[in-house]
Amino acid sequence: MLLIILVGIFQSWSIALTIFNYCMISAVMTLGANIQWGYAGLINFGIMGYTALGGLAVVLVSVAPVPEAWSVGGVNMMTCLGIIILMIFSTRYILKNIQKSNKRNYLIAGIIIVGLILIKIIAGPAIEQIEAVDPAKTGFLGGLGLPVLFSWIVGGLFAAGLAFIVGKVALGLRADYLAIATLLIAEIVVSIIKHEDWLARGVKNVIGLKRPAPYEIDLQTSPWFINLVEKFHLTKLDLANSLSERQDILNQLVIDASSVYVKLCFAGMFLVVVIILLIITQKALYSPWGRMMRAIRDNEEAASAMGKNVVKQHLFIFILGSAIVGIAGAMMVTNDGLFTPGSYRPMRYTFVIWVMVIVGGTGNNFGAILGGFVVWFLWVEAAPIALFFINLFTAHLPETNEIKVHLINSAPYFRFLLVGIGLLLIMRFRPQGIIPEKIIKQ
Amino acid sequence: MDLINAVIVLLNYTIIPALTYGSQLALGAIFVTLIYGILRFANFATGDMMSFGTMFAVLLTYYFQSIGINFGFLPTALLTIPFAIFMMILYMLIIDQTVFKYYRIKKSPPVMLAMVSVGVMFVTQAIIRIIIGPTDRRFLDGEKFILKATEFKEMTGLAEGLTIKSTQMITIVVTIIVVAIMFWFLNKTKTGTSMRAYSDNEDLALLSGIDPKKVVLITWIIAGILATIGGILYGLDKSYRPFVYFNNMLPIFAAAIVGGIGNPYGAFFGGYVIAFAEIFLTYAYKRFLVYILPESLEPNSLMQLLSTDYKFAISFSILVIVLIFRPSGIFEGKRI
Repeated sequence: MLLIILVGIFQSWSIALTIFNYCMISAVMTLGANIQWGYAGLINFGIMGYTALGGLAVVLVSVAPVPEAWSVGGVNMMTCLGIIILMIFSTRYILKNIQKSNKRNYLIAGIIIVGLILIKIIAGPAIEQIEAVDPAKTGFLGGLGLPVLFSWIVGGLFAAGLAFIVGKVALGLRADYLAIATLLIAEIVVSIIKHEDWLARGVKNVIGLKRPAPYEIDLQTSPWFINLVEKFHLTKLDLANSLSERQDILNQLVIDASSVYVKLCFAGMFLVVVIILLIITQKALYSPWGRMMRAIRDNEEAASAMGKNVVKQHLFIFILGSAIVGIAGAMMVTNDGLFTPGSYRPMRYTFVIWVMVIVGGTGNNFGAILGGFVVWFLWVEAAPIALFFINLFTAHLPETNEIKVHLINSAPYFRFLLVGIGLLLIMRFRPQGIIPEKIIKQ
Repeated sequence: MDLINAVIVLLNYTIIPALTYGSQLALGAIFVTLIYGILRFANFATGDMMSFGTMFAVLLTYYFQSIGINFGFLPTALLTIPFAIFMMILYMLIIDQTVFKYYRIKKSPPVMLAMVSVGVMFVTQAIIRIIIGPTDRRFLDGEKFILKATEFKEMTGLAEGLTIKSTQMITIVVTIIVVAIMFWFLNKTKTGTSMRAYSDNEDLALLSGIDPKKVVLITWIIAGILATIGGILYGLDKSYRPFVYFNNMLPIFAAAIVGGIGNPYGAFFGGYVIAFAEIFLTYAYKRFLVYILPESLEPNSLMQLLSTDYKFAISFSILVIVLIFRPSGIFEGKRI
C-alpha cells in the first residue's frame, strides 16, 4: 500500500492507480485460487482458462449485437447450439437407461460422431458468412448489449460451468496430474477462444468495450468536472501570469485529472468486489463448512469415514474458486476496455497467480490479498527497480560498455528473476507464506 | 501410379514431419519421465531447461562460426553438443544442490516440489532472456536438404515431390542413437539397474545398498543430456525462441503422461502418438484423396478434420481422454 503511494509520488498518480487496480484484480484471482488450494488442497493450474472465459463473458454480454451477422448465420449457429444440447441430453438418457455394456459405449460414440458431423455441416458455411460481415470491424455475432457490470456475474457463471466439466473429468486425479490436466484444459479453452472468430473475433481482438465509468473525453468537456479541478488547484492556477497561460495549465490539469478520476471509479468498484468477497470468504472459512473443508484437506479418509462426501465437496469448492477467478477475468477486461485472446498465456495468468497464493499465505484470505498486491507490484515495478540497480552497479563503466548496454536492454526480464527467487526463498524459509493460516480453536 | 503419388504425398506432408516432431517430443518426454520416476515430481521447468541447453549451443555455434570452425555439410551446432551438455549438467547440478536437495531430504510431498520447479522455471527463464534475449534465432548451417522435391521428381518421374530436410534426418538418427544408448544403459548396466530399483521402491533400494546420491546424480546427468539434445534438435529443425520452448513443455507433458508417466518406453512411444495425432488430424487430405478416389468423388473442400490452429489442443485432448479412461497411461506408468 505504502509502496503504491510512493509510486504515485515518484512516477505519477495515474500509474499508481493502474497498478492499484491490477493489484485488486490479482487479489480477486488469488482469492479464488486460495479457496481451492488453501481450503481444500486442490491444485488448479487452469486459472488462465477461467480468466479468459470471464473476459469472453464481457464481450458476449456488453457488446451490441451485430444484426447482419445474426441474419446470415444466426439460425445455423442456434441450430448447432440446439444439437449440442440434444447430444448432451441423449447421452445422459442413454447413461441412465441402458446398462453398462459395449452397446452403450457404441451408442454414445455414435451420438457424438453424428452430432459433430452435423455441426460441421451446418456451422461451416454460417461461420464463413458471419466472419465475412465487415471483417475489419465486426465479423462476429456480437453480444447482447447489456450493461457491462452484469457481465461480471456472467463471467463467474461461465467459469463455474467450465469448472463443473473440468471437475467432473479431472478431480479424481492425483495432485500433480491434476495440475497438468487443468493447465492443458485451460490451454484448450484459450485456443478455442483464439481461433473461433465468429464468437469473439479471435486474435483480431475486440476493442472499445463499454465501461461502467465515464469516459475521459466526456469528463474533459463537462463543466462540473472542470470546476472541480479548478477548485482543487486554485493556488497553482493563481500563480499563472496571464489568462491564456492559466487556461493552458487548467487544460493540462483537467486531462490528467480525468484519467485519474476514471481509474478512481474503477478502483472504487473493484474495492467493493474485493471487500464483499473477503467478507464472504472469511465467514465461510470459519463456518462449519470451512472446518469441514480443512478436515477433508488434512485427511481425506478420516473425513470420508465421518460421512462427508469428499468428491461432492471437492467439486463444489472447485466450482466456487473458479467462479471467483472468472469474475476477476471479467473485471480485468472491463478495466482494459479490450479483449485480447492472444494475451492469455500460462506464465502471466497461471504461474504468477500461483506465486501470489504461495507468497501471500495459503489458506488465509488476507494473505491471498496481500500476495496479490505484493507480487503484482513486484511484477510491474521489477523493471524500474532492476534498471536502478544496474545503473548503480555499472556506474563506473562507460556508457558504451557492451555489458552495460546489454543489461539495460534486458531490464524487463529481471521480473522473472525477482519473482522466481522470491518464490524459492518463501518456499524454503517460510513455506506457509507471509501471513500463515490461522486456526481458531474452540 | 496414382497410388504411389498418394503415398508420397502422405510421406512428405505427414509421416516424415510427424516422425521428426515425435522424436523431439520423445526426448523431452523421457526427460520428464526420468525426473518423475526417480526424483518424484512433475518438473514444470522442463521447457526452460531444454531452452537453457540450446542457448549454449546457439551461442557456441555463433562463436565457432566467427572463428571459422564448421562441420562440413552438417550443422555446426552438432559440434557444440558436448559443451552445451556440460553446461546444462552443471546448471542442473547447481539447481539440484541449492534448491531441490533440501526438499528431497525433507521428503516433501510431490506437489511442493512441483511448486518449487515453478520457481526454477521463472529463474531459468530470466537467465535465458537476460543472456540471449527473447528473439527468434536460427542457427542452422551446412546443407539444408538431403533430397529436394525437384530432384526427386526428376529421379522417379512422379508428379509429387518428396523433400527430406537434413534436420529431419539428423533428428531421427540422433534420437534413435541416444534413446538406444539410454535404454541399453538402463537395462544392462549395474548403475542403470540400480536406478530402476530406486524408482520402483526407494526403501528396498536403500536396503540393498544403493547409494541414493549417486542415483540422483546420474539421473540429472542423463536428464541433462536428453534435454540438451532434444532442445538442440528442435531448434535446428524449427528455430530457437525461448517462449516457444516454454510452450513445448505442454505437449511434452502430454506425451509423457499418455505413455504412462515414469515409464521411459511409454514416454518414447507417447511422443510419437502425440506427434502423429497432431499432424494427421490437422492435415488437409484433399491432395491425397484426389489421387486415390475416382474423379467423380473428388472432394472440393480441403478435407481437413480440424484447422491447424488446434494443433496443440489436439494433444491436450488426447491427454484428457487418456487421463479419464486410463489414468496410468497407455503403458503401465510408474516404472523405470
